[in-house]
Amino acid sequence: MAETKEKSLSDEKPKPRVRPIVRLGIFLISHSFHVSVVCCTAGVLALFLLPVLAKNTYISENALMPGSASPMLSNQHVSDGNRLVKDLTNPNSKSSETGIESHKIIAQYMLDLGAEVSFHKFHPQMNQFHPLHFFSSPDSGKIQENYSCSSYGINTVGIIRAPHGDGKEAIVLVTPYNALKSGFGEALSLGIAYSVFSLLTQVTWLAKDIIWLVADSQYGEYAAVAAWLREYQTPKFSSLSTPNAEMCPDVNNLFELKGHSISGSKFSNSFRRAGTMASALVLKVRDQNEQFEDTISIYAEASNGQMPNLDLINVVNYLAVHRQGLRVNVEKLWSLLNSSWLKSLGEIFESLAKVAKSLYPKWKFGIPATEYVEGTATLASSLYYQALGVPTGPHGAFRDYQVDAITLEISPKFSLDKVWRNDILLRGGRLIEGVIRSVNNLLEKFHQSFFLYLLTSPSKFVSVGVYMIAFAFLIAPLPMVAASLYVDANSSSNCSKGDSSTPSAITDTDEHSIAIRSWRWLNSAKLVFIVHLWGAIVSLLPYFISQIPDCSPTTSFMIWVLLSILSLLTLNSVLASPLACAKATQEKEWALVKSVTISSVFIGLGLMSVINFATAEIGALLMVPMCLLAQPLKLDVRAGTLRSFCRMICNLVLGHIAFPPAALFLLKGMLDGFGNANVGDFWMWVESLWAWNSATYLFIVEVTYIFSHG
Amino acid sequence: MVLLQRPHILLLLIGTHQFLQCWIAFGSVNEEGQKQEEFSEELLLKPLPDHKLLAHFHFQSSGPPSTSNGCHHHLFPKAISQLVQKFRIKEMELSFTKGRWNYESWGGFDPLSSSNAKPPGVELWAVFDVPQHHIDASWKNLTHTLSGLFCASINFLESTATYSTPEWSFPPASGNVTYGTLPCEAVCTENLTPWLKLLPCRDKAGIALLLDRPSLYRGFYHSQQLHLTSTGSSSEGIDSGIILEQTLTVVLQPNSEMAIEVHASEKHIQPSWSLSSIFGKQVSGRCVLAKPSSVYLLLDRGLPAANGLTSENFWSNPSFELSANPDRIFLEESSSHSKSLSILYMFQVEKYCESEPFDIGLMWKVPVAWLCQQTPLHASRFLMGSGNERAAIAISLKSTQFTEGFMSANSKDGSCELRVDVFQVVPWYVKVYFHSLRVFVDQQPRAVSDIIEKIHVSPSKDKMSPGVMEVVLKLPCRVNTAALTIEFDKGFLRIDEYLPDANQGFDIPSAIISFPNFHASMVFLEDDSLNKSPLLSKFQEKCPVMSYTEVLLVPLTTPDFSMPYNVITITCTVFALYFGSLLNVLQRRVAEEERFLKAKAAKKTGRLPLLLSKLSAKLRGRRLEPLHSPPSSSSFINSKLVLKVILVAGLAVGWQYFFS
Repeated sequence: MAETKEKSLSDEKPKPRVRPIVRLGIFLISHSFHVSVVCCTAGVLALFLLPVLAKNTYISENALMPGSASPMLSNQHVSDGNRLVKDLTNPNSKSSETGIESHKIIAQYMLDLGAEVSFHKFHPQMNQFHPLHFFSSPDSGKIQENYSCSSYGINTVGIIRAPHGDGKEAIVLVTPYNALKSGFGEALSLGIAYSVFSLLTQVTWLAKDIIWLVADSQYGEYAAVAAWLREYQTPKFSSLSTPNAEMCPDVNNLFELKGHSISGSKFSNSFRRAGTMASALVLKVRDQNEQFEDTISIYAEASNGQMPNLDLINVVNYLAVHRQGLRVNVEKLWSLLNSSWLKSLGEIFESLAKVAKSLYPKWKFGIPATEYVEGTATLASSLYYQALGVPTGPHGAFRDYQVDAITLEISPKFSLDKVWRNDILLRGGRLIEGVIRSVNNLLEKFHQSFFLYLLTSPSKFVSVGVYMIAFAFLIAPLPMVAASLYVDANSSSNCSKGDSSTPSAITDTDEHSIAIRSWRWLNSAKLVFIVHLWGAIVSLLPYFISQIPDCSPTTSFMIWVLLSILSLLTLNSVLASPLACAKATQEKEWALVKSVTISSVFIGLGLMSVINFATAEIGALLMVPMCLLAQPLKLDVRAGTLRSFCRMICNLVLGHIAFPPAALFLLKGMLDGFGNANVGDFWMWVESLWAWNSATYLFIVEVTYIFSHG
Repeated sequence: MVLLQRPHILLLLIGTHQFLQCWIAFGSVNEEGQKQEEFSEELLLKPLPDHKLLAHFHFQSSGPPSTSNGCHHHLFPKAISQLVQKFRIKEMELSFTKGRWNYESWGGFDPLSSSNAKPPGVELWAVFDVPQHHIDASWKNLTHTLSGLFCASINFLESTATYSTPEWSFPPASGNVTYGTLPCEAVCTENLTPWLKLLPCRDKAGIALLLDRPSLYRGFYHSQQLHLTSTGSSSEGIDSGIILEQTLTVVLQPNSEMAIEVHASEKHIQPSWSLSSIFGKQVSGRCVLAKPSSVYLLLDRGLPAANGLTSENFWSNPSFELSANPDRIFLEESSSHSKSLSILYMFQVEKYCESEPFDIGLMWKVPVAWLCQQTPLHASRFLMGSGNERAAIAISLKSTQFTEGFMSANSKDGSCELRVDVFQVVPWYVKVYFHSLRVFVDQQPRAVSDIIEKIHVSPSKDKMSPGVMEVVLKLPCRVNTAALTIEFDKGFLRIDEYLPDANQGFDIPSAIISFPNFHASMVFLEDDSLNKSPLLSKFQEKCPVMSYTEVLLVPLTTPDFSMPYNVITITCTVFALYFGSLLNVLQRRVAEEERFLKAKAAKKTGRLPLLLSKLSAKLRGRRLEPLHSPPSSSSFINSKLVLKVILVAGLAVGWQYFFS
């Protein structure tokens, strides 16, 4: 709105009556340079202030009532769990090559508890790189091609029906287990789950069914859980793979044996379901641990930066810390913990807070420097994983179906003696029991607390209302700069026109030229559109490259680069010829191009922030300075002053850094040392990015790239 | 014993005396030889395969035709008879259920389960003897009355969007049935107490004494029903009055020391139980008003066979021991579709008194395992898809292999077909696309016209009526699995249409899967005394085999319910801004014109600086004096002012910091 007003103002003779809001807009636009510097600094500063501004978490849903009931898990259940652990780690059980024996043991244990048991056989479906499937919901999968009998996994599923419940809802407990090469940790996680399961078969307070999924993780934890969820949510009734499966003797053997050995009807080889899933817990136990305490790590990030409801994390955190005495941590960027600049920044904030507190005792926003550093490291990893869009564990598969899920990884202290093992079983089991009991209390699904948040520690979070401020500061200069550039371009050409033509020009030609001028931005828009198109093509290329069989990451990356350049050249030759001549005639055109680019970046970032905040934030950090500084190299070279030279250098450096491969390379170099960085890594990385941020990055970066080079 | 029973008799006497007085007052004399009002109380116990015990209480009162004795009753509850008369009910059934009937292990083929397995929540159906256009009004009044009578929110069934009229796929009744369910209704003692009030002895005497609330509601399944049949007000035919059947079916865990028992070597042995251990009470004599008052113990069809029981040796049974001697033992009449027969032990409560209360116990000696007879196909229903936009309902039918021989017996001329009726009601906000109905038989997609013989669909109308789908499937007898899927859109609701706890999701009521080819009945070898027992005569009737599927929970998009507040505040802000500026404009116009003229006259400076100076003036909140003050000076003043302010603030901060 401000832009149009501005245009009319600058084109026509001055209107005396200007609304204050318009005046403010004009003021900002005319001082866009200062404003953008201030805003960008404020944005970055606000980002660094986020750990200070983080609030303590609180349990928002009253129905959860965590820890209000005393845990019922007794030593009896623990010894049950211990029995299972012993049986599983027993070398006899591993005689079978496919690990079917241990699945049978688990199934038998479940049956003894009176649960309904079924096996779910699945073929691992690799996560293929599908840039074209960004917006489609998780589909039931393609018709699976001919799978060999050897490559299948078996999930063992046990279901407890709530005695008084109506079976509308269910809570899922997942333990990944690789029967072929299971560590002791996996067996222990099964033991914990089993002891909880054996308790839950006896309790009367269950209102939701309990599903215990022992996910066969020999093809990856995520794949197993995703396959089971796919079968649960979108089953295929007409399966072509059944005749195939019947040909595999091993599988049939498994089912038959079970059917014979068990007299009850609780076992079935068909897929069993309970109701709508209320929430899911993934439980893992890590084998080795260097830490001195029993800790529990929470992984929450699901695909595309989606997070489970904060209440779920709160409940786990509350129960672990206040009831079971476990230390809770969330993922951190460890390399940031030792950085001195962060520490000094934290000290500055701390001393500032001290001053503020001494001024007015009610201002208590300071946190200690060490806490600040830890908070920043957590925040950074939280941002990173959300921006990356790759789930940090099997819980990510649940989020695709709007089920709140987290992964809990228990890292026990050390040693393998029996007392310690019992202790872990007891505490881990009680934690799981407490969480399940809390979720069981829920009448409604999780909705009270936040879904959009960043964690700075397990008990502190930054909500959407706070972190958006930093982002808003960061992108606020973009529309102003775009407007001022547009106005400049228009007015300067207007001036030149005014100089060349006599004041007594004929009015209709003037109007005509005005009309032409007002539509001139379309040309630059076309240019920008073409570059975006190229970016889209480049981002779609990997899909086709991935179809090529037997490619090492490096070669496929090379193919990608070559094809990208090729497509750029073709596009240039086909579409860019009118642009070239336009460029030849109009030297000042770049300002318009820049303004259009900046506005498109603004729109893109604004939209992105709604979809995935972290991506938008990181993108804004990279792109906003670049967009604002971009200047044709030719002009800078021609000007030859020191200032323009500096700007040129900045441009070149920024342009290179912000190019994603380069950025990744630098980041990796900073974190791990430059030695092991590899071009192939980028390919792997991109392949793992099935979120669509890569596309955004690429094309916007390319836009600025192009016109910064003239 | 007589002494102890005296208070009851006394009460009864007083009661009848009052009635008599009443009659005399009205001047009407009861005729001799008319049908008497009758009441019977029966309890059926049945061990279930999964270590549980089913207890089925059956109370039946029958009222004579209303014309014979006016509006007065000895035993029959007056509230019910008034209800029947007022709304001209032909037949009605109301059930309150908590928990799920486990069709797999508790069976679904015997008369007990097919008539007593009900969907969770409240189910109500009624047949009215009124003209078509009065049915809605009658239904509405009936729901309100019942809701008052049973302390339940049955009145939510009054709106046309909640009930439907199945045409032919609802087997218990045919004709103008009106059917409605409330799947999310919680059932508790407050519903049981009014139900007990309809009994002549309430729960003070007789079998109803066993109805101990804590042990009842600890059970795995609890279904309390009220079934009314009346021919009273029909214009033609025999007038047989009203029959009220009140049944209560509970599934209980006999003793909960399972934790200990799991590890015992004989974990397959069935738990032993007795009435006092299950209910914590004993029966001290019958309700004196009850004509037959008896307790039955039913051994299921599979059980005697698994047990090695035959008709010869069931007296001296090695595998279990009864704590009381049965008065009679009945054997089931051999039927075509099952080789083994069920055995019924009968105990008469009349023989027992308060000093010698009735308590039957069953002690198993050897582990036994058997399976209940199941419906031909096991039905389950689930939701498919994810997201807030679309989803699909799938009904999957799986062969239970139980009635294989039965089916082959049923087949005629080689082409054996299994008929399955599906009745599904969906609320209006679940917008079903009926064209998307797909059928899969044995994992192969089949054309709908091949499998579906008959289909009746009435699409839902928004906020008016639910969608109803009635389908007759013709499946081949050897079918292993069959599935029906149908897609739907999730609708949007207005904010006032959300139920409380809207974030829980919305329920889709159970579908009814019935098998019209099959009938469950249990005919016992003929005996005179059997005819007196309403429970057993009910077993002998052919009742349709049907099963209810699970209730589904559909998560719909829910608004943030604090949103109205936000909307109100933001709207008010916008309005305030709008009106403020509007008034400003209206007020300012004359002055603006003047200034415009002045500015035009004095306009020599550049446009942008002028604007800037105006702006800075505006920002400083001064009246505009653009003519004589150059922009540079104004900005200078501005920065000076800012400097001053900063200086003062700094001083203040320093002062504070220094002295604190």
